[in-house]
Amino acid sequence: MGAPGLSTLLPGAIVLSSLLPGVLIFLVKEESHVLRGVLNMFGAILKLILVGVLIWGVWLGQGFETRITIAPGLDLVLNADALSVLFVTLSTVLWLITTIYAIGYLEHSPNRSRFFGFFSLCVSATVGIALAGNLLTFVIFYEILTLATYPLVAHRGTPDATRGGRIYLAYTMSGGIVLLIGAVWLRALTGPVDFVEGGVLAGMPASAHGQLVAIFALLMLGLGVKAALVPLHGWLPQSMVAPAPVSSLLHAVAVVKAGAFGIVRVVYDVYGVEFAAQLGLLAMLGALASFTIVYGSVMALTQDGLKKRLAYSTVSQVSYIALGTSILGPVATIGGMVHLVHQGIMKITLFFCAGNYAETLGVHRVSQMDGVGRRMPWTTLAFSVGALGMIGIPPIAGFVSKWYLGLGGVEAEQYWVLVVLAASTLLNAGYFLPILYRAWFRPPPPKWPKEHVFPGRFETMGALLWPPVITALLCLVAGILAAAPFSPLEWATLIAQREYGL
Amino acid sequence: MTEALAGDLIVAAIVAPLLGALLATALPGAARGLGMAAALVTAMAGGGVTAGVFALGPMRIEPGGWGVPLGIALEANGLSAALLGMANLVALGTSVYATSYFGRADKAPHFWPLWLMLWASLNGLFLAADLFNLYVTLELLGLSAAALGALTGSREAVAANLRYLLVGLLGSITYLLGVALIYTGFGALDMAELSQRMAPGPLAASALVLMTAGLALKAALFPLHFWLPPAHANAPAPVSAALSALVVKAAFYLVLVLWTGLFASVVTAAAANLLGLLGAAAVIWGSWRALRAERLKLMAAYSTVAQIGYLFLFFPLLVAMPAGPGRDNLFVALVLMALSHGFAKAGFFLAAGLVQKHAGNDRIAELGGTAQRLPATTFAIALAGSALVGLPPSGGFIGKWLLMQGAVETAQWWWIAVVAAGTGLAAAYVFRVLGQAFGLEPTPIRFVTDARAELPALLLSLVSVGVLGLASGPLWVLLGFDGDAG
Amino acid sequence: MTAHFLYGGAGLILFVLGLWSFLVHGPLLRKLIALNIMGGGVFHVLIAVAYRGDHQAPDPVPHALVLTGIVVAVSATALALAMGIRLEDDDTDD
Repeated sequence: MGAPGLSTLLPGAIVLSSLLPGVLIFLVKEESHVLRGVLNMFGAILKLILVGVLIWGVWLGQGFETRITIAPGLDLVLNADALSVLFVTLSTVLWLITTIYAIGYLEHSPNRSRFFGFFSLCVSATVGIALAGNLLTFVIFYEILTLATYPLVAHRGTPDATRGGRIYLAYTMSGGIVLLIGAVWLRALTGPVDFVEGGVLAGMPASAHGQLVAIFALLMLGLGVKAALVPLHGWLPQSMVAPAPVSSLLHAVAVVKAGAFGIVRVVYDVYGVEFAAQLGLLAMLGALASFTIVYGSVMALTQDGLKKRLAYSTVSQVSYIALGTSILGPVATIGGMVHLVHQGIMKITLFFCAGNYAETLGVHRVSQMDGVGRRMPWTTLAFSVGALGMIGIPPIAGFVSKWYLGLGGVEAEQYWVLVVLAASTLLNAGYFLPILYRAWFRPPPPKWPKEHVFPGRFETMGALLWPPVITALLCLVAGILAAAPFSPLEWATLIAQREYGL
Repeated sequence: MTEALAGDLIVAAIVAPLLGALLATALPGAARGLGMAAALVTAMAGGGVTAGVFALGPMRIEPGGWGVPLGIALEANGLSAALLGMANLVALGTSVYATSYFGRADKAPHFWPLWLMLWASLNGLFLAADLFNLYVTLELLGLSAAALGALTGSREAVAANLRYLLVGLLGSITYLLGVALIYTGFGALDMAELSQRMAPGPLAASALVLMTAGLALKAALFPLHFWLPPAHANAPAPVSAALSALVVKAAFYLVLVLWTGLFASVVTAAAANLLGLLGAAAVIWGSWRALRAERLKLMAAYSTVAQIGYLFLFFPLLVAMPAGPGRDNLFVALVLMALSHGFAKAGFFLAAGLVQKHAGNDRIAELGGTAQRLPATTFAIALAGSALVGLPPSGGFIGKWLLMQGAVETAQWWWIAVVAAGTGLAAAYVFRVLGQAFGLEPTPIRFVTDARAELPALLLSLVSVGVLGLASGPLWVLLGFDGDAG
Repeated sequence: MTAHFLYGGAGLILFVLGLWSFLVHGPLLRKLIALNIMGGGVFHVLIAVAYRGDHQAPDPVPHALVLTGIVVAVSATALALAMGIRLEDDDTDD
């Protein structure tokens, strides 16, 4: 063991950069807004700087690994490869923005120290998942994420919140147990399961193949709960009782992406994508993903509650990642990976806007959204960017992911992918365009359900307005400048190159 | 740390609390101060023994210089040192808590002498090296535990603990018959001597059955667990902590020592499977009853029944696994789970006692406001609860992982289903309590409201979650296995 | 020789009888007596074990065990009786 250098400390430091401020925030007195805000922002900015260093290092091909032996044979490993960097960057950037949003949103709410404490723990767990270097570490942080997000879902303390929290817990705990069984089984079968680009299981003897298929099914079940694969998605619409910053975080960054990220890791870095195709696992995944994409969109059509509609939209959209993973070929892989980022920034924009409507105007339902465009133009502009991106209109980010997915499907001669994509696009248009129509082209009602007029020139509070505008800009930039270096697309291409050994 | 010092510490660990008990009885006015002083000395002695075994390996002394078989020997090996360390730390935390809990003058003079006697018998049990000595310490443990449990004097407490006493006596006398049979067959009581003379046969088998039955009664293995929930639920909080975390564990420790050490050649796979089956039933039944419990302490008591069940699940795996790193890992996992449960359950009961004190009762449905007004206490319950469920990063998680790995490696799949069901039920009953902490009460101003009572609960829970979960490597060393990938 | 087997056998029978009584009878006093009989049975077994033949002194170790056992049994019985009295007091108070 040599002297610890940057490469051994950096991953651990990234996790700690939000964990330590989080623990301190719990102890901060409720009235000390400034101290709490300082701790929050300090952690967020520190993390951003550290992640920047990480990106540079991984781009240059450098390796980063923090390894702690918990028990003989059981190592906690934090490892940075291209895929972890993708997820870590998404989480860190969006956490910073969401923190600003949350500070504004929860201005007069009680229990803010508790909220921000768990908020920081949540991000630490997400980053831990992103940087997990073996299956054990992944499972550990995955469970910690469940524990850190439950208090956020139940935060408001109302009977609805309690119920939503209980349902959330029931689903995620069960998923966690199934995931654990799969992980232990695999560990007993093959020894420590490190994540290695290209997968480690291809060399397993044919006699073990039956077990490997069963293990894959267990892992998918466990990960599928968080990734909201149908029929394991039931918790997601229920957890909309959480405050808007939580819904944004859960849907764009933490929980759902963690599940999808896990699926990507298992297919690419544990089984290896070619081996998985050989065992017929990709077909299984593809079927599940396609069904979820269509089902989610159909359910979204029927929802009047804005957040519920966005929730079902998430159910549908996150499965694009699973879809991209289930098609054998680098182009499809790129499409799935890049959608991890794109869906994140688009969905968070939409949720921020939904939160703004609720906070400023008391608008919670689509049917109440007539004419909001006049009253809150910037918010609605951001919403439109996000919605059009979801549908897949160029040059917004969502178009890029759909394009690559479609292209990948053609390349792999899986033409049904195009059918699924087309159906989904139509359905997306079906539930988003009417909202845009109402917002821009219908006259506003004489009185909003619960208007809260903020002082200042802008339509709503600064802390509520700027985040969605910024993320909407990011959606545009990610789409228009997709070919620029360090764009999500370029990074996804790098990942695919390394996974396929190109 | 020299051998001589370690030997002295072994004796001190038993003598110091006895002396303290005597002094506290003689000077009831100063009972609390004397008790706390004795607690500190004993904890240091006990901790010192653990450190000694860690540094120097197992050690054995013969007090008075009288050798076996006429004299008795005291021995500290890896397993007993691990449990001794846990017991002394938990007892120390509980003692600090008790100085605040038994504030009123009328209870403290009764509590401290009995408590120190319990501690002495516990230390004696872990350090005993001969079967009859074990009987004596077991009896002493049972007597002081029953008396402590009935300390509140209420009808339910006395009735429940009288039942505990009678059941415990039945257990010990059965154990003693087993010891008598062993002496009849092999002519020795010292465990080192016996392990050389032991031979499988009907006598050894009957003795094992009797001793295990007696100990299973004391360890509350299903279906002999009926006495535990009322006894633990009605005892004062620090006593419940000790009862669940330590007393029951001591009886289990004895079963473990007998089955994996002395009687290892007598044990059959069928017998081990029977224990495992009973353990499985305990896990399911205990967790189910915990979920249905309406009082916090009753829930914790049923949770103990379930957790003891988990420990018994290891037996069929230990017997089926061939010797090697796999088996070593299983053994350490078993000890890790026992330690983790000890710390977590103690923390849980101490925190529950605080809640009960503030709210006047411990009904789970009415917990809400109190839980929110005592953030440090609720946090301790949350940490302890997560260790009980076996969520990362607790010691329980690592133990559970290794348990399931062992089940896969020995192809005994059904135990995994039991563990999964147990985990699900445990999550349900823990979060049923924790869910109450997110209600509509306003936020309290301070995190810690009563340091002397809350800190021990918090620290004990933290050990089970942070320390045992992330740094359990030294346990392998303590138990004499070199750390190796399993 | 047979005497010592009979004695030991009697001890085992006492143990079983005591066990039956403990399980079957309800009142505290009967249970305590049952426990003491069980204890007596075990002591009989130990005393039987101490026999080493007509020409040798008996083995002192089992004797020590029996004495210790008697002391333990007495203290345990005393505690149980004390708790029983407390319960009776509660009963008569109501």
